[in-house]
Amino acid sequence: MAEITTLRNAISSLVHDGSILAMEGFTHLIPFAAGHEVIRQGRKSLTLIRMTPDLIYDQMIGMGCASRLVFSWGGNPGVGSLHRFRDAIQNSWPAPLAIEEHSHADMAARYQAGASGLPFAVLRGYVGSDIPQYNASISSVTCPFTGEVLAATRALTPDVAIIHAQKADRKGNVLIQGITGIQKEAVLASKKAIVTVEEIVDHLDAPMNACVLPFWVVTYVCEVPGGAFPSYAHGYYSRDNSFCKAWDGIARDRATFMAWMHEHVLTTEDFAGFKRSLNREAEAQHG
Amino acid sequence: MAELGYTSNEIMTIAASRRLADGMVCFVGIGMPSAAANLARSLHAPEVVLIYESGTIGARPTVLPLSIGDGELAETADAVVSVPEIFRYWLQAGRVDVGFLGAAQIDKYGNINTTVIGGTYDSPQVRLPGAGGAPEIATASKETWIILKQNKRTFVEKLHFVTSAGHRPGAHGSAIRGRGPTVVITDLGVLTPDPETMEFTLSALHPGVTVEQARAATGWELKVALHLEITPEPTAAELAALRDLYARTEAAHGSASTEG
Repeated sequence: MAEITTLRNAISSLVHDGSILAMEGFTHLIPFAAGHEVIRQGRKSLTLIRMTPDLIYDQMIGMGCASRLVFSWGGNPGVGSLHRFRDAIQNSWPAPLAIEEHSHADMAARYQAGASGLPFAVLRGYVGSDIPQYNASISSVTCPFTGEVLAATRALTPDVAIIHAQKADRKGNVLIQGITGIQKEAVLASKKAIVTVEEIVDHLDAPMNACVLPFWVVTYVCEVPGGAFPSYAHGYYSRDNSFCKAWDGIARDRATFMAWMHEHVLTTEDFAGFKRSLNREAEAQHG
Repeated sequence: MAELGYTSNEIMTIAASRRLADGMVCFVGIGMPSAAANLARSLHAPEVVLIYESGTIGARPTVLPLSIGDGELAETADAVVSVPEIFRYWLQAGRVDVGFLGAAQIDKYGNINTTVIGGTYDSPQVRLPGAGGAPEIATASKETWIILKQNKRTFVEKLHFVTSAGHRPGAHGSAIRGRGPTVVITDLGVLTPDPETMEFTLSALHPGVTVEQARAATGWELKVALHLEITPEPTAAELAALRDLYARTEAAHGSASTEG
C-alpha cells in the first residue's frame, strides 16, 4: 500500500548502505530529486542500476555513493562524456567502481524478466559482440523447439526502484505519460518502489490504457514539483539543455565538481532549496 | 574545403540523407544519423519512418533532438511505446529496414567499438559510453548504415573491443539476420563492402577529396573500387535545408529555460 510521505523519509526508510537501486527514466522523468536526497543522506556502497547513467549517476558516482554500476549507455546525451563516471572507471576516483555492462535491449529484457518473476530473459542479442566475454550475467540458451542459440541474461531484481512521474492520486496510484521508458518494469521488478511526482491530485483522470502503477505496487509516493529537473516532465516543463551542456564543464574537474555539489546539493535542505541555490547563482552571474 | 561553399560535415550529412527514401523504416541513432534522417525527411523522403530507441515510432521532429528521448519526438510520433516493446516487437522481430548508427571506431569489416580504447577492459585508457542499442540494431535490422568522420583514430586495423558486429572475414553473414553493414559514409567519401571479402572499400569520394587523402585517413590498407564515383555536389536546396535545420535546432536548444 502506498504511503504518501516526504522524500527524505522515503529514502531514509528504504535506501541503506549496500542497497541495490534502480533509478530509471529514459531521458524523460529522470528522478534527480531522489538522487540528490541519496547523496545528502551520504549513502555508500550502493549498486546502481540504470540503462542510461547520465548526469544523475555521474553526480552519485562522483560523490562516492556507488561501488558497482550496472548499465547499458553511460554518456551525457547530445553533449559528450560523463567525466565522473570515466574518472571512477579509469582512475578509481573517488572510489573503485565495478561495472557490469549490457545493451539496451538486454537491460530492458532483464527488467521484464524481473517484473515477470522469471529468473532470466531471452533475446536475440550480442551476435558477434565481445560484451558477453566480460559479463557473467550474460549467457546463452538453446531454443528447445528450433535449436536456435539465443542470449540468456539474468533477471534484474533490485531492492528499490526509484522513478519520477507526472501525477499520483491521494491513494498513491501513479500516472506516467509521454515516453514511459522502462519505469513500469523497473518498479515491478523491484522489492520496493519510491515514486516522486509533480503533483498529488484528487482524481488521476487516467485515460484508458494509460501507463498506471496501482497504489498497491508502490511503497512511497512523494510530491516533488520539478523533481526531474534538468530532465523534463512531459506536460509540466521541458528539458534544460543548457544545464546539461554546462554540466560538462562542472564535472570535468574534481575540485569544481565537489565545490558545485557542496554548494548546491550538500548544503541545501531539499530539491526546492537546490533550485533556489541554482537560481541565486544564475542571478549573480547575470547581474 | 571552404572554397567549395560547404563543409565536409555538410557533404557527409547530405550524402547520407540521399540514401533514405519514402517508406523506409529507419532506426535512428542520435547525432549525425538523426541529422541525416531528418534532412531526408525535409527534402525527398517526407514519408520515411523514423524510430528512436526511446520508443517513438514515426517521429517527425522540427528540430534535431539533443537526446534520444526529447519530448518533441513523442509529440510528433505515430505511436509511443515502452523501451522493451521497441526492442522486442519492432527491432528484434525484423520490422526495421535500416539501422543507422554512429560509431567511435570501426574496422575494415564494419565492426564497431563504442566501449573502451587502450589498456585493458578493466583498466582502459579511454572509457567510452558503451553499447546502448547498437549491438541489436546492427544485427536485427535488414541492413546497417554507419556514419562517422574518417581518420586514423576512427578507422583502425584492429579494434580493442567489438561492441556491435559487422562482417567477419570468412564467415559471410555469420549470425547477423540482415545484410549487416552495407555502407559507411564519412566526411571524405563512401565505403561499401567488397562482395567477396566483405572488406569496406572506397567506392565514392566527395568532391575535391583525393584517394591519397582517404588512404592517409585510414588505419588499414584501403582498397579502392574499380569504378570510383564522385559524390554529386550538394544542391542549393540541400544546403539551405540542412543549415535551416541546424539553425532551428540551435535556437531551440540554446534557449531552454533554466526554471524547473
